[in-house]
Amino acid sequence: MKKLLMATAACMTLPLAAFAQDKPDAIKVGVTAFLTGPASVFGVPAKDAAEIMAEQINEAGGIQGVPLELTFIDEGAGTEVLTTEYRRLVENGADAMLAAISSGNCKTIAPLAEDLKVINIMWDCGTQKIFEEDSYKYVFRSQAHAGTEMLATVAYLLKTKPDFKTIAVVNQDYAWGRDSWDIFSAALKALRPDVEVVGEFFPKFGSPDFSTEISRLQALQPDIILSTSWGGDLDTFVQQAAQRGLTEVSTFVLPLAESSLERLGSSLPSGHIVGARGDHYWNHPERRDDEDFKTFMAKFEEKTGNKAIYPVFHMSQGLAALEAAYDKAAETKGEGWPTEDEVIAAFAGLEFQGLGRPVTLREDHQGIEAQLLGTSVQAGELPFATLENIMIFDGAELTTPVGEESVAWVGSLQPGWVDTLTVEMYEN
Amino acid sequence: MNLTLFLLALFDGIAYAALVFIVAVGLTLIFGVMRILNVAHGSFYAVGAYLTASLTTFIVSAGLPPIFSFPCMLISAVLVGAVLGGPIEWLLLRRIYHKPEVLQLLVTFAIFMILEDVQRLVWGTQPIFQSTALQLMGTVRAFSVNYTVYQLILLPVVAVLLLFGLRFFLRRTLAGKLITATTEDREAAQAIGIDADKVFLLTFIVGAGLAGLGGALASPTTSILPGIGADMIVLSFAVVATAGLGQIEGAALTALLIGLGRSFAVYVWPETQVLVPYLIMVAVLLVRPEGLFGSPAARKI
Repeated sequence: MKKLLMATAACMTLPLAAFAQDKPDAIKVGVTAFLTGPASVFGVPAKDAAEIMAEQINEAGGIQGVPLELTFIDEGAGTEVLTTEYRRLVENGADAMLAAISSGNCKTIAPLAEDLKVINIMWDCGTQKIFEEDSYKYVFRSQAHAGTEMLATVAYLLKTKPDFKTIAVVNQDYAWGRDSWDIFSAALKALRPDVEVVGEFFPKFGSPDFSTEISRLQALQPDIILSTSWGGDLDTFVQQAAQRGLTEVSTFVLPLAESSLERLGSSLPSGHIVGARGDHYWNHPERRDDEDFKTFMAKFEEKTGNKAIYPVFHMSQGLAALEAAYDKAAETKGEGWPTEDEVIAAFAGLEFQGLGRPVTLREDHQGIEAQLLGTSVQAGELPFATLENIMIFDGAELTTPVGEESVAWVGSLQPGWVDTLTVEMYEN
Repeated sequence: MNLTLFLLALFDGIAYAALVFIVAVGLTLIFGVMRILNVAHGSFYAVGAYLTASLTTFIVSAGLPPIFSFPCMLISAVLVGAVLGGPIEWLLLRRIYHKPEVLQLLVTFAIFMILEDVQRLVWGTQPIFQSTALQLMGTVRAFSVNYTVYQLILLPVVAVLLLFGLRFFLRRTLAGKLITATTEDREAAQAIGIDADKVFLLTFIVGAGLAGLGGALASPTTSILPGIGADMIVLSFAVVATAGLGQIEGAALTALLIGLGRSFAVYVWPETQVLVPYLIMVAVLLVRPEGLFGSPAARKI
């Protein structure tokens, strides 16, 4: 009788045991970021942020009760190493991948993720071409793309400096520098066809010296100088321009300068336009009073000694997208651990929120993300410029419609279109 | 292009050429004497820049006179040469002089990679900018354009002094003559009692110190971040190859050609500015495979 009872009890626990086995010990996520090389100015803060965020998620019980386990791959090791490591992680059982920073790597990773049938969240890719040239089942982007970012910059410029007549560009000589100018110039030509482009300079990536370009620009004296450069290139360009008084003559438009503000210190004077590749700013006017936001910012500053910059926000969106997809899939399923296909299905129309405004995923897997720009001001409260005249644009209105190509679409806009945009404005 | 733009391009080209020469001449010296293509030269440049920035930041934060940022450059160069370059030659390179050239290249590349990581470990990955020295010297207005005195005057003056100083050192001092003799024929030099090991050590310390000095002088004008060494080593190799291996005057002329070529490209045809240094290199090597000042190697019987 005793044996019978024990056998019955054992049989009763079997379904439970089977359910328990379905739930994994951890959600394994591979994260690619530049941990070495010039772009590590973005990758390292993103890694720091990911570690803090994973710790927070796990302290709160994990995603649907399962802890998050992150493994990092260095994009700085080169594309071949990246793809090898990526493949190895997936074959060793990664549940999802967050890749990548470099647009070139994104274009390599997207088809690879599709081949390997692994969920890939493009957490920081700038190129607009990913979903414009192909469609994917496994690949999603948890943020905006270059088209949205450049159009937001043009919109801010036209709203704040409507009377400018001439513009010159100094971009890094690689895909981002060229592509971003293609979009920006196409939009400008459509919206302000009277503006004259007086100089186009593409110094090599990692250039240590912009003296020649600065001399030429001083001779040209354009009203506006655009530079989509980032990292050390942007820092050097702005520093050298400031040393030689160019920042007093022309207005600089710097769509990625939010990530350089702290390093530039007093070198970036008041009155120049600064973008943040999304609504990413440590002093986000809509989020700065939120307790979670404040707690994270304090933790990040404590860990790194620096203010959070846009890759930190992008990382928060990548992880938030993953968590939201698992939550939605689990809720839809009712009970039991969702399958990969169920998680993928959950990404459709998903809304999630990282450190900025909520982001939604469109049917082509493109994230719709708000855009924040402001004007630099040396208020003296901090040893670097902060932002005033902040505008936050609605991302949906600035993002190329599904099925269209960004350069062509922005080129089809009509003068006056900027006045139709939905914008929230803040003094600082 | 009118006269004003021509002169502006000239100024810009000379300033850039000066910096390139200061770095490349160290590489030229090392190759000329030791026949080693030292990839780690780029790391010495980077460490020189980082050290100068750190020392200057320390001086500024300690409230010491900012003028001390100039001695910091020399101190950094000496540290790079003596503390970094010296032990590397003594502990590593000395063991591979008779090994195949590819191994020498691999070893110096390995040193480069290790030093890249050391830089990240010590100075992190965020760009560092420390322009105290440059700010101290102020700006000067020329043809309606502002230039920094540091770039317009100091860098070219240092480059010229270095060129003549090196010529004097190699031709008029005993150590320089020993180096020159060893460069011409190591076996014969050893036969007459010259200690080649000491000559090599001294050469490497001086060469590494020059790379460090280049980095130190570049530091007030640029953002210092991981990867700056790699950029400079590529350009330095282009200068050394175009000049003719081991040719100091050739390095000066090539640096000037590259600097002016790049500068005029920005003024006239900006699309080509990245290509210009390498176009100059290809053009020279097509006409003179041994480089501008090089001579075909004599075959030893």
